[in-house]
Amino acid sequence: MRETKTLITAATLPDGTRADILICGDTIEQVGAGLSADGARTIDADGLIALPGLVDLHTHLREPGYEQSETVLTGTQAAAAGGFTAVFAMANTSPVADTAGVVEQELSLGESAGYATVQPIGAVTVGLAGERLAELGAMAASRARVRVFSDDGHCVSDPLLMRRALEYVKAFDGVIAQHAQEPRLTEGAQMNEGALSGRLGLAGWPAVAEESIIARDVLLAEHVGSRLHVCHVSTAGSVDVIRWAKARGIPVTAEVTPHHLLLTEDLVAGYDARYKVNPPLRRAEDVEALRDALADGTIDIVATDHAPHPVEAKDCEWDAAANGMVGLESALSIVHAAVVETGRLGWADVARVMSATPARIGQLSGHGTPIEPGQPAELTLYDPAARHAFGRADLKGMGVNSPYLGMDLPGRVVATIHRGYPTMLDGTVRDAAEIAAFTATTTKEAVNG
Amino acid sequence: MRHLLTTRGLDRDAAIGILDVAEDMADVSTREVKKLPALRGKTVVNLFYEDSTRTRISFEAAAKRLSADVINFSAKGSSVSKGESLKDTAQTLAAMGADAVVMRHPASGAPHTLAGSGWIDAGIVNAGDGTHEHPTQALLDAFTMRKRRHGEASRGRGLDGLRVTIVGDVLHSRVARSNVWLLNTLGAEVTLVAPPTLLPVDLTGWPATIGYDLDAAVDEKPDVMMMLRIQQERMHAAFFPNAREYTRRWGLSQERLGRLGTGNIVMHPGPMNRGLEISAAAADSPSSTVREQVASGVSVRMAVLYLLLSGDREAN
Repeated sequence: MRETKTLITAATLPDGTRADILICGDTIEQVGAGLSADGARTIDADGLIALPGLVDLHTHLREPGYEQSETVLTGTQAAAAGGFTAVFAMANTSPVADTAGVVEQELSLGESAGYATVQPIGAVTVGLAGERLAELGAMAASRARVRVFSDDGHCVSDPLLMRRALEYVKAFDGVIAQHAQEPRLTEGAQMNEGALSGRLGLAGWPAVAEESIIARDVLLAEHVGSRLHVCHVSTAGSVDVIRWAKARGIPVTAEVTPHHLLLTEDLVAGYDARYKVNPPLRRAEDVEALRDALADGTIDIVATDHAPHPVEAKDCEWDAAANGMVGLESALSIVHAAVVETGRLGWADVARVMSATPARIGQLSGHGTPIEPGQPAELTLYDPAARHAFGRADLKGMGVNSPYLGMDLPGRVVATIHRGYPTMLDGTVRDAAEIAAFTATTTKEAVNG
Repeated sequence: MRHLLTTRGLDRDAAIGILDVAEDMADVSTREVKKLPALRGKTVVNLFYEDSTRTRISFEAAAKRLSADVINFSAKGSSVSKGESLKDTAQTLAAMGADAVVMRHPASGAPHTLAGSGWIDAGIVNAGDGTHEHPTQALLDAFTMRKRRHGEASRGRGLDGLRVTIVGDVLHSRVARSNVWLLNTLGAEVTLVAPPTLLPVDLTGWPATIGYDLDAAVDEKPDVMMMLRIQQERMHAAFFPNAREYTRRWGLSQERLGRLGTGNIVMHPGPMNRGLEISAAAADSPSSTVREQVASGVSVRMAVLYLLLSGDREAN
């Protein structure tokens, strides 16, 4: 068996030390100074930060069913472009990922594309309808090994159903990832409710609709002794509730999106539907609270909520536009701008909130591990000194609904290494056929070996 | 003027300018031949995504009195349900050579989107967008108030010191929003009176005094009492218990009308729910300007179309 070797020279590790990293096959073989380059592909990482491959706990890949928006292939190409080596695929596909068959199909699509590990998330309720539990156990026992369950896009608003879901997944150590949105309080909602929504005449999405569900759910989680994960926390009040819950010892984890760390509702004033997202962009005070919460650990991770849409879904009047933004390609730069440049997080923290902890919450093995000998070769090389105007050419998935187009952003992902192989190098996502061929070889080897 | 999308941001000189041109247009309407050749050869499209016969025929009359060609395009339903996007409709109208598009749309901001889209080069007039703005309604209301206040000496004047109380469903009212901004620009003092459920939750930045008590507002004897229409769909959405209670607390009854005294103006943008937000006594009293508002509407819309389409169009 031929083992590919890659030598990364003079990289800066998350803790600030400089080292060479020698990769052999899909494993990190050595980390240290002056490693030998014999027969190895060499990547000069002088000035670059080496992070463990990023893990996104919240990605919409759209396949099956919405292939006009994104496919597993194009979505994982976007992931590779953004430095991600693993993505958790949300369940709101068509058909909904509420059976073992669908989650296994998604897993297979991810395997054959080869750009990143695709870990399916299972729906909590059949068809995301919020009425009956989906076959959570079957999805957990399937080849896709589902551990995270979410009706994302919809809130599991029925308190009894939420209680049962939280309890039931204890049988296989699962976690419910809640999209916290009280449905009655947000009927027809278009943007954050406040002074601006009143002026613009857009129906308000009040913060209390998120906070009240989180408050209910942490109390339910405490009562039944289950783990809860809160998706895309967006308000200062939610941060307070989660902080209280954690202080009380309730096993809750929470995520924030890059866009909620950087953008505010003021962008809605021009009715540009690129800024339409659910939960909506909030006030500057909320952004500040979210940054602080990520820094002090109240919010555990950053997750993109990458939500690609076809052009026509955004090129229209505000009310008719779809919710969502693409986020995989820009995530690391946004985190850099929002919390690293502002002094709240160091690169070791970034490795924690964008790789180690999301892998742990999602119980995904082989990802989020430290850059040490013997660990899986899942790596991202990032140039923190770069700066450029983010543009269409930076988007590698099918969706171009990015709120950052034209913005001057720090940093650049230089290389993404998945299973020891560069899926993206020097800003170029590797050819799909090449990746697929590599994947086929290694999979065959794995079967034979 | 390139577009008319909002009254917010319209400066005082521009607003008074529109009202003064509307005075000239009103004079035309008193002639035997109610027609000017000003917009001959221009095409005005009335693009209505909501039923509004009143507003549409008012714009139609205005355009025709200026000798423009008028095309009525009724595109009921949103782009999603109808199947054709706003973009495709706009490009179709552009290809037909529309010079101005008068747009009524259920989505707040739709005229703004159209004006900034690059899909069409025509001047855009917002004829009511969702719960956002209805600038020509506010202009015609201001025109009506100015006329009552200053009569023949209206030209060049604002509404300085005029005390205007707007009563009803402010939350969902594009008329209220446009009026608040324009009246403030013209120097009037605005008070909003409504059930708390029908006010935006945060009114920071609104140049208006807020109250919940109509009787207290009546006792202040404002110069203008503007009653807003209560939409049927609000009746069963827990904004208030029922129509009876709404009328009792926020309706302009005969008794409240009497307490207002003479010299007060009672306004309503129409169509009125008689017996709900306004009593027949108030609607038909000499104080009522409801029919004057309709006449003013044509004059103001003539002025807007004229300013939008005559002479050199400003660059975008």
